[in-house]
Amino acid sequence: MRFERREHRPLALIVLTPLLAVAAALALSGLLIAAAGAPVLEAYWRILVGAFGSRLSATETLTRATPLMLTGLAAAVAFRARVWNIGGEGQFYFGAIATAAVGSQLLAGAPGYLSIPLLLLSGAVAGMVLLIVPLWLRLRFSVDEVVTSLLLNFVAVLVVSMLIDGPLKDPLAFGWPQSQSVADAAMLPKLVARSRLHWGFAIALVLAFVVHFVQSRTVFGLKSRAAGLSPEGAVFAGVPLARTLFLVACLSGGLAGLAGAVEVLGVKGYVTTDLSPGFGYSGIVVAMLAGLHPLGVVLAALFTATMFVGADGMSRALKIPSYIADVTVALSLITMLVAVFFAQYRIRR
Amino acid sequence: MSIVLDIIASSGLWAAVLRIATPLIFGTLGALLCERAGVLNLGIEGIMTFGAMVGWLAVYHGADLWTGLLVAALAGAVFGLLHASLTVTLGLSQHVSGLGVTLFASSLSYYLFRLIVPLSGSPPTIEPFAPVNVPLLADLPFIGAVLSAQTPPTYLALLLALLLAYVVFRTPLGLAIRMTGENPHAAEAQGVNPMAVRYGAVIVGSALMAVGGGFLTLSAFNSFFPTMIQGRGWICIALVVFASWRPGRALFGALLFAFFDAFQLRLQTAVDGVPYQVFLMTPYILSIVALCVMARRARVPQALMQPYRRGER
Repeated sequence: MRFERREHRPLALIVLTPLLAVAAALALSGLLIAAAGAPVLEAYWRILVGAFGSRLSATETLTRATPLMLTGLAAAVAFRARVWNIGGEGQFYFGAIATAAVGSQLLAGAPGYLSIPLLLLSGAVAGMVLLIVPLWLRLRFSVDEVVTSLLLNFVAVLVVSMLIDGPLKDPLAFGWPQSQSVADAAMLPKLVARSRLHWGFAIALVLAFVVHFVQSRTVFGLKSRAAGLSPEGAVFAGVPLARTLFLVACLSGGLAGLAGAVEVLGVKGYVTTDLSPGFGYSGIVVAMLAGLHPLGVVLAALFTATMFVGADGMSRALKIPSYIADVTVALSLITMLVAVFFAQYRIRR
Repeated sequence: MSIVLDIIASSGLWAAVLRIATPLIFGTLGALLCERAGVLNLGIEGIMTFGAMVGWLAVYHGADLWTGLLVAALAGAVFGLLHASLTVTLGLSQHVSGLGVTLFASSLSYYLFRLIVPLSGSPPTIEPFAPVNVPLLADLPFIGAVLSAQTPPTYLALLLALLLAYVVFRTPLGLAIRMTGENPHAAEAQGVNPMAVRYGAVIVGSALMAVGGGFLTLSAFNSFFPTMIQGRGWICIALVVFASWRPGRALFGALLFAFFDAFQLRLQTAVDGVPYQVFLMTPYILSIVALCVMARRARVPQALMQPYRRGER
């Protein structure tokens, strides 16, 4: 048995690949739900209802999808250029804490039209900084950025924990470690009244299109894709590799940092160390499910958010641990990898 | 200064060094074995989590402690099989497959644990491994006090490092593993099956990782809780680079790392005015520094992360 590369890939195959992968992941986690003695189809129905059954739940799902879209975009642009940014979680927290710090200290009295853009920018810059470190270590010392960006996730959460337990601690939070809040004027307006859905969703959606445009229609996009396809080839063709990768790292880290900023300005207004239920890590899955396509990221983020939001209600009703959502999302990453492989190769005897 | 000397002179510190090093030794040796055959196994973090969970669960349901470790090893081997199928047979990106295995194994651990052990106020506990006294060794001054605080799996870890060093550098099997990691085409020309070697190395390596996780719930602590692995797997991946892919140096690296960790824990209580988070982040920063120092000098297995397809260059 051997694998042979398909010479022609029909469009239907490309579109079907992620759908089949998700179906396979759902079928496999169905086995786990069945093992728990719960009705599988009812469980999935309840997840769907829990995520979209009411106005409240639908807006909640979109709210949850917002940071996932941004961390997913962050992973997608980095992976395209083979910058293995696994540090989205840390960059998210850096973006969040920078936003809370600047928003509660420097810009506490500023009007919204001034503070919102500046705060989003400071979050993005903080995320960038955290990814530039591993990239620099890769270019300077040839250290694999996977491990360093992963390790920095732990450092970043500890830095946040230190700040919200020290200089940025909210004295009114009853001793609970929580950062001071940004001013109300700096909070992103709601997109839908009487819900948590905020303008961050629109920002993320627009950015998906912007990233798509940058990747497919600009010189930088071409260079970054070339750097990912073949670094040697890119250098040979005159692409300045280090500079291109640096810009990719700025874009990727910036998007992940922005996710943190948007979550602070859109939902909470302050930072705790449980602000992110793994948005950075889920972002990697989102990017892979999307086949690293920026517009696919939007759909993949919606799927992931649906699982997480829907599983909450389902798990209460059917007495199944809500971790089933994490399992399904992780499984869909693996099934997607396999599905993409078989979309590219056929089996020959 | 005298605080530092007091800490270093206490047998408690050195006992803690061995205890902290044990899961790292298992994990690092496991990752080293995979990488020597040419496969980066980033599934380690999740595999350690699953090993910790399933080993504990087995003992909680009446198995004895060694059976618990064995169950952990078998579970690790299954995840190794998954990782090998993805990276060896299909030749997928080792980075992404490994992350997929980690996300899957850790979320599955939490799911199964919560399913079988419902949420309660205090987590249920088991009776963990007790320290053993090795005759003669226990009578030595100082060293005796350090060793008599150790449990059997720690001795197993130390022996395993020696065994792996012997196998990798002194046996035909070790030669086959190293050849596969350096140049699978040449290995195949010599009659070695690179696919089989890679499968074997990843499966056995993953089993070792899971035993490292199992040590945490069966010896270091007595209960399982999510996020208990705390990046230990990633630190093991860094230690493999630090060790230049040599088992002996891996043992040294794990002990050195554990020394810093045990030292900072004690310094934390002795020094006032420094936020405890600064101490907690030192292990991660040290790993990064170690990577930078060693990465250039290290001899990376040449075929690491390169999928092997028969008849393709």
